[in-house]
Amino acid sequence: MTHVTPGSESGNEHTVSTRVMELVVSAGFIAVSILVMWDSRRIGASWASDGPEAGYFPFYIALIMFLSSAVTFVSNIVTRAPDRSNFVQRSQLALVLRVLIPTAVFVVLIGYLGIYLSSALFIAFFMWWLGKYPVYKVIPVAVAVPLITFMMFEIWFLVPLPKGPIEAALGY
Amino acid sequence: MKWEIERSILHGVAVAAMVAVGSSFVPGTAQAWEPTKTVEFIVPAGTGGGADQMARMLQGVIQKNKLMSQPLVVINKSGGAGAEGFLDVKNSKGNPHKIIITLSNLFTTPLATGVPFSWEDMTPVAMLALDEFVLWVNASSDYKTAADYVNAIKAGNDNEFKMGGTGSKQEDQIITAALEQTTGKKLTYIPFKGGGDVAAQLVGNHINSSVNNPIEGVSHYRAGALRPLCVFDSQPMPYKDELVNGESWSSIPTCKQAGLDVEYLMLRGIFMPPGVTDEQVAYYVDVFKKVRETQEWKDFMNKGAFNTTFMTGDEFKSWLAKAAETHKDLMTKAGFLAK
Amino acid sequence: MDAFISLIDGFAVLSDPMNIVYMFVGIILGVLIGVLPGLGGANGVAILLPLTFSMSPTSAIIMLSSIYWGALFGGAITSVLFNIPGEPWSVATTFDGHPMAQQGRAGEALTTAFTGSFIGAFVAVLVLTFLAPIIANFALRFGPAEFFAVYLLTFCSFVGMGRESPFKVLAAMMLGFSLAAVGIDSVTGQLRLTFGSVELLRGFDFLIAVIGLFGIGEILLTMEEGLAFRGKSASINMKIVLETWKKLPKFWLTALRGSLVGCWLGITPGGATPASFMSYGLAKRFSRNGARFGKGEMEGVFAPETAAHAAGTSALLPMLTLGIPGSPTAAVLLGGLLIWGLQPGPLLFVEQKDFVWGLIASIYLGNVAGLIVVLTTVPLFAAILRIPFSIIAPIIIVICAIGAYTVHNALMDISVMLIFGVLGYVFKKLSYPLAPLVLALVLGDMAESSFRQAMLSSQGDLSIFWDNALVGTLVALSMIMLFWPLIALGLNAFRNRPPGRASETL
Repeated sequence: MTHVTPGSESGNEHTVSTRVMELVVSAGFIAVSILVMWDSRRIGASWASDGPEAGYFPFYIALIMFLSSAVTFVSNIVTRAPDRSNFVQRSQLALVLRVLIPTAVFVVLIGYLGIYLSSALFIAFFMWWLGKYPVYKVIPVAVAVPLITFMMFEIWFLVPLPKGPIEAALGY
Repeated sequence: MKWEIERSILHGVAVAAMVAVGSSFVPGTAQAWEPTKTVEFIVPAGTGGGADQMARMLQGVIQKNKLMSQPLVVINKSGGAGAEGFLDVKNSKGNPHKIIITLSNLFTTPLATGVPFSWEDMTPVAMLALDEFVLWVNASSDYKTAADYVNAIKAGNDNEFKMGGTGSKQEDQIITAALEQTTGKKLTYIPFKGGGDVAAQLVGNHINSSVNNPIEGVSHYRAGALRPLCVFDSQPMPYKDELVNGESWSSIPTCKQAGLDVEYLMLRGIFMPPGVTDEQVAYYVDVFKKVRETQEWKDFMNKGAFNTTFMTGDEFKSWLAKAAETHKDLMTKAGFLAK
Repeated sequence: MDAFISLIDGFAVLSDPMNIVYMFVGIILGVLIGVLPGLGGANGVAILLPLTFSMSPTSAIIMLSSIYWGALFGGAITSVLFNIPGEPWSVATTFDGHPMAQQGRAGEALTTAFTGSFIGAFVAVLVLTFLAPIIANFALRFGPAEFFAVYLLTFCSFVGMGRESPFKVLAAMMLGFSLAAVGIDSVTGQLRLTFGSVELLRGFDFLIAVIGLFGIGEILLTMEEGLAFRGKSASINMKIVLETWKKLPKFWLTALRGSLVGCWLGITPGGATPASFMSYGLAKRFSRNGARFGKGEMEGVFAPETAAHAAGTSALLPMLTLGIPGSPTAAVLLGGLLIWGLQPGPLLFVEQKDFVWGLIASIYLGNVAGLIVVLTTVPLFAAILRIPFSIIAPIIIVICAIGAYTVHNALMDISVMLIFGVLGYVFKKLSYPLAPLVLALVLGDMAESSFRQAMLSSQGDLSIFWDNALVGTLVALSMIMLFWPLIALGLNAFRNRPPGRASETL
C-alpha cells in the first residue's frame, strides 16, 4: 500500500514521513480496538436486564476508537495532499535514541542487578557519554544518588525496591 | 602494651559476638530459626481496606513491642482481586521472609476469576481472628427484626430489595447469595468501593440493607441511623460494652435464632510461601501468639468486635479445607464460578 | 459562634510544642513524598502509620495530616519542573505549569501553584469550621447516579477544547478508557482484557502511564531539540514570590471558582483529581485568556491547584463524619483513626471534641507552615533547572523508574512506563492529545462503576439519571458544558449579527 523509499526526499536527513507514522499509529489504534472488542464480546457485551454487562463499555469504547482511527487512517491514504514532511530528522532521531537505548538497557538491568547498582551505572554512563564529564565529577554523582535513594527508601521509609546480588551479599 | 590492649579488646569483641550468636540459639527449641533480613508482609488488597488496616496494625504492634528482630514491611499487591499477591507468595517457594494476610479472596478469587491458586499452594501459619458480619438496615425502616426483613423479602418481588456490599463475588455477595437461597427471592446486589461507602449509602437510603462488619456500621448505629438485625455467626458476639440505649454487640441475636439460617465468618489468617521449614513456621506462630497478648491488639479486637478464635497447625488446616468447601458450594449454587 | 470557641480550644491543643514539631516534620516529609512520583500521599501515610503508634492520637493525626498537606503542596513541584505529576491531582497543573517553566518562569509557576493550594485549603477549612454541621450530611444524598453525574460533568467541562483533530481526540480518549478497563471488573468480578497474563491483572495504573507519557516523553522531546532543558534562566531569588503575588489578585474569580468546585467535590466526596480537572476546564472555558491556556498561563496553574487543595481538605469532612474516604490517602488516614480507637462517624464531633478541633486547628497552622516551607524552597527547586541536562536527565529517569515500581511493587511496570514514554513522544509529534487520554484513564473505571451501580439499582432504567432534582441538575449542567461552544456561538449570534459559519465545535 504505502511504500515509501527512505531518502526519497530531503537527502540523508530523511527518516520516515509523517504520513507513514500517521498510518502506523492509527493502524495500531485499530489493532488495539479489535483486540478489545474481541475480548469484550467474550465476556458479554450486551445490555442485560440489570444494566450493561462487563464487556459493554469496553466494546463500544473500542468501536469508537476503531471508527475514529479508521477515519484518520483512510484520510491519510486518500488525501490529495499527503503530509510527506519528515516525521523526525535523522540527527534528531539519533539524539532521541541516545537517551532511549541506554534507558532501555537500564530498565532491563534493574531486573538483574537491582535498581541501585543499575542506577549508578546508568547515571555514570549517561554523564560520561553524553555529558563528557571527567571521571572525578561522574563518580560522586553516580554513587551519591543511589546511596541517598537507598537510605531514603530502604531504611527511612521501609519501601523495598528491586535488589540484586550485591545487596543480597550485604544482607539485604 | 598497646598491642596487648588491642588484643584484649579484640578478644572481648569476639567473645561478645559469640555470646550474641550463641544466645539466639538458647531460648526454646522451637525458636531455632530467626529471620535474617527484612520480612515482607503482603496484603492482597489495596491501601485503606480492612486487611490493610489489620496488617499495618500488626506491623505497628510488632515494631512497638519489638517482637521481631528484623523489620516487617507491608506491601500491597491488590491486582486481580488479590490474585497478584497470592500468586507472588505461591511462586516464592521456600522464601521464609515473606508472609501474607488473607481475606475471603483466598477462596473466592480463584473461583470467580479462574486464576490458578488455592490455600493449599501456601503454608498456613495461623488464624488470627474472624471478621463478623451483621445484617444492617436503615433505622427509619420498619424492619425491627431479621424475621421482619426476611418476610418482607419473601413477600416482595425479585430484585425489589437492594443489598450493598464491597467487592464483587466476595464475602458480601456470597452472604447475599446465601440470603437469596434461604428466601427464594432475588436481591439486587450493588458493589461499592469500601465498607464505609456502603454504610453511608445505607444511611442515605440508596440501598435497603447491608452486611457491613461491626466496625463499619457502629458509628451510624450509635448515632441512631442504622439498625443491626442479626449477626451471621453460630453464637452472639461476646462484647458486652454498652454501645447505645443499653444495647451492646452481645445483644444482637444470631441470624439463625432469627430464622435466617446463614452463617459466615471471614478469615483473617497468615500464610507463608510453600516449601518453608517447620521451624520457620513456628517462629511466626510464636510472634503472632505474642501479638495476641498485647493490649493494643486486644483493644483492636474489642473495637472491631472480632471473633478472636486462634488456630494453628492441623486444626487450622482442617478449618481451611472445610471453609474452602463451603465457599465452593455457595459460589457454585450462586453461579459465581468463572466462565 | 460555637464553632469559633471550639476552634480556640483546638488551638490550645496545638500549644503543646511537640505537636508543632510533628507538624513541621510531617510537612517536610510530605513535600518529599509528593515530589517523588509513585510514593504518593497514600503510600507515604500508610508507611508512616505504624511509626505513629507510640504517639497520642491527636499528635499522630496532626503529623499524618501534615504529611498529607505536604504531599498536596509537593505534587506541584515535579509537575511544573519536569512535567511529571507526583500525584494524580497535579496532572492538570502540568498543562500550564510546565510551559511556564520552559519559558523560564518556573519560580512564578511554583509560587502560583503553592499560593493557589493555600487559598483552596484555607477556603475549605473555613467551610469545615463554620458549616460542618450543615453540610456534613450532604454526601448522604449522593448515590451511584449522582456520582456518575459528577464524573460526567468533569468530562464535559474538560473535553471539546483542543485544536487537535476531533478523531484523534476521540481515539486518545477511548484508548484511556480501554486502558482503565484492564484488570478486574469491579461490578461483576470478571477479568477483562487480561488475556490470561498475570502482569495484566493489576491493570494500567494511572501514575505509571502519566510518568511515562509526560515524564519520559518530555525527556525524549527535549533530547530531540538538543541536550538541554529549556528555561534555564529561571530566576532564583525570593523576590519572585512577591512579584507573583502582585499579579495573582486579578485572578480572584478563578480562585473562588476553584475553591468552590474543590469544596463541593471534596464533601461529596468525588475527590481532588476530578476537582482539579473540572476547575481547569471551567477556567479555560470562562476566562478571557482561555484560548491561551496550555501555553503557560498563570491562571491555568492557579485553577487546578486551588480546587485540588480545597477538595483534599474538605474531603476530611465526610471521612470524619461518615467514615467515607474521599481519596486513597484519606482511606489510609481513616484506617489510622480506627487503629487508634477513634471511630469516625456522626458522633466523633461530639465525643472526641479535642481530637476533631485539634485536627481542624492543625489544618490552619499546617497550611500556613506548609506555605512557608514550600515558598522558601521555590528558589531551590527553580535552580534545579540549571543543572545540566546530562546530569539531571538520568536522575529524573531513575526517579521515574522508582516511582513506576513503587506503585505496585512490580518490575514489569518500569518497562510499561518506558513504553508509555515512547508512546507519549510519538503522540505528541502526531498531535494526539494526552490530556483526554489521561483523564479517561483516571476517571474511566470510577465513571463506569458508578454508572453500572446506578443501573443495577434501577434495574436498567436510564431515567434514574433525571428522576431527582440533584442528579437532574448535574446532568443538565453537564450537557450545557458539553455544548458550551455551540451555546456560546448562539449567544454571540443573538448579541451580534448571525455569523457566517456555525460549525466546527469539537
